[in-house]
Amino acid sequence: MKALVAVKRVIDYNVKVRVKADNSGVDLSNTKMSINPFDEIAVEEAVRLKEAGVIDEIIVASIGPKESQEQIRAALALGADRGILVKTDDKPYPLQVAKILKSIAEQESADIVLLGKQAIDDDNNQTGQMLAALMGVGQGTFASEVKVEGDKVNVTREVDGGLQTLALTLPAIITTDLRLNEPRYAKLPNIMKAKKKQLDEKAPSDFGVDMASKQEIVKVVPPAERKAGIKVGSVDELVDKLRNEAKVI
Amino acid sequence: MAILVYAEHDNASLKKATLNTIAAAKQMGDDIHVLVAGSGNQAVADEAAKAEGVTKVLLADNAVYEHQMAENIALLVADIAGGSTDYSHIIAPGTTTGKNFMPRAAALLDVSMLSEITAVIDAQTFDRPIYAGNATATVKTTEDKIVLTVRTTAFDPVAAEGGSASIETIDNVQDSGKSSFVNEEMAKSDRPELTSAGIVVSGGRALANGENFTKYIEPLADKLGAAVGASRAAVDAGYVPNDMQVGQTGKIVAPDLYIAAGISGAIQHLAGMKDSKVIVAINNDPEAPIASVADYFLEADLFDALPELTSKI
Repeated sequence: MKALVAVKRVIDYNVKVRVKADNSGVDLSNTKMSINPFDEIAVEEAVRLKEAGVIDEIIVASIGPKESQEQIRAALALGADRGILVKTDDKPYPLQVAKILKSIAEQESADIVLLGKQAIDDDNNQTGQMLAALMGVGQGTFASEVKVEGDKVNVTREVDGGLQTLALTLPAIITTDLRLNEPRYAKLPNIMKAKKKQLDEKAPSDFGVDMASKQEIVKVVPPAERKAGIKVGSVDELVDKLRNEAKVI
Repeated sequence: MAILVYAEHDNASLKKATLNTIAAAKQMGDDIHVLVAGSGNQAVADEAAKAEGVTKVLLADNAVYEHQMAENIALLVADIAGGSTDYSHIIAPGTTTGKNFMPRAAALLDVSMLSEITAVIDAQTFDRPIYAGNATATVKTTEDKIVLTVRTTAFDPVAAEGGSASIETIDNVQDSGKSSFVNEEMAKSDRPELTSAGIVVSGGRALANGENFTKYIEPLADKLGAAVGASRAAVDAGYVPNDMQVGQTGKIVAPDLYIAAGISGAIQHLAGMKDSKVIVAINNDPEAPIASVADYFLEADLFDALPELTSKI
């Protein structure tokens, strides 16, 4: 079986973002970039499925600027077999990413496509679901457990109120939640080996996907600042403030 | 042009998130239809028909919709709202159900979508948070069908009573055959639901174990009639189940009062609660990032402060 894993290059999750002064977006110059944390979990899950003998080959794809190859190399160092970079300087929207991934998944005859449940920059939580729709296959979103059994995969999902388990017919799309696994660290020899692994470069036009979008970002602003609060000295003072000043209890 | 709102429910009653979503829909147009898809869900349709502002309820009652699986619901929604039908907007609450099927429906309609809008500027322009709530993007969409989910805490719910919409039963059965339901494990709780609670008491890693949640957090929550939340650290350490997690990757809450005990206030946690009206932090570290958003900060050991607070309110 083959697995396709999609990874996105995003601002590192620890970085405090700065909105540009002209309100055109977030300032990404000279900021630390990483693999989107949910995608790292998707890579780890694919590697574990390979180690369990379920999967034979793991292909990693990323759609974005040329620097995204760093994130593909990072995934290769974690155990993926080869990479595909779909290079574009346009901002890729989920529907376009899903269309490109659909072509790749079909060309490569992937049985399982793993994605993160959302990218921590756009917070969309859309791409996996859109890909499943375009391919006409089942989806296991927000997965916290994945079990492949024959031509089916059982996915336990994190839903409001608890957990839900579904059985999907392969091929299927799975999007990962944080609790699915704990990604490993890449060891130096593996990082060196990853440099020799195959990485193909493509363009959106190779897949016939138009990157023009019907969504336009009018402006990006920082969220409203909260007024600085006060320090209270005792529980009594806290209770008094909540009762008489904030009037919330 | 009409607006199609997807109803969140458990086949027995309508969830409040639907009322918040109808409130957002009212800012986009007047003709609001609510789709109630499920199994044995007539009572939900009756409830939806009474909600303020609803002009029509579409009831799809069939076993294939019982668990509201994305594959079948997306086909249903795309079929009802697609092509030359009159729907200009298709909207759903940003719950796990809405997040699961809406992008799938959007892709079937071949349109881009907007996730978790927090404000309606006009019928085509919306605000939504990005970067874990550290920036707000105003986005204009020129798609023919505008598909979006709503961050329910950003809109006050419409009244649950007073409306008198007609109910139309639709006989539209969509079964993808690609997925089947196996089972579910729901956490049982008598406390109010986390996302709609007026008060939330949350604990973090400093609680040190699950028993301390029961011993220190729960009595305070019960006295306040509050829901109990947790940071990701507390969930990952196994103190509490993950559906209690507040944050970018968990639930987004905006109660009147949020009490954070033993939570440092990482970016991801703040993304889930910083729109609360009043924030109280109890922490023994005055440098914790939570102090920068807290209206009232009590520097104290939570094992002393929580029982004292519980006894004094």
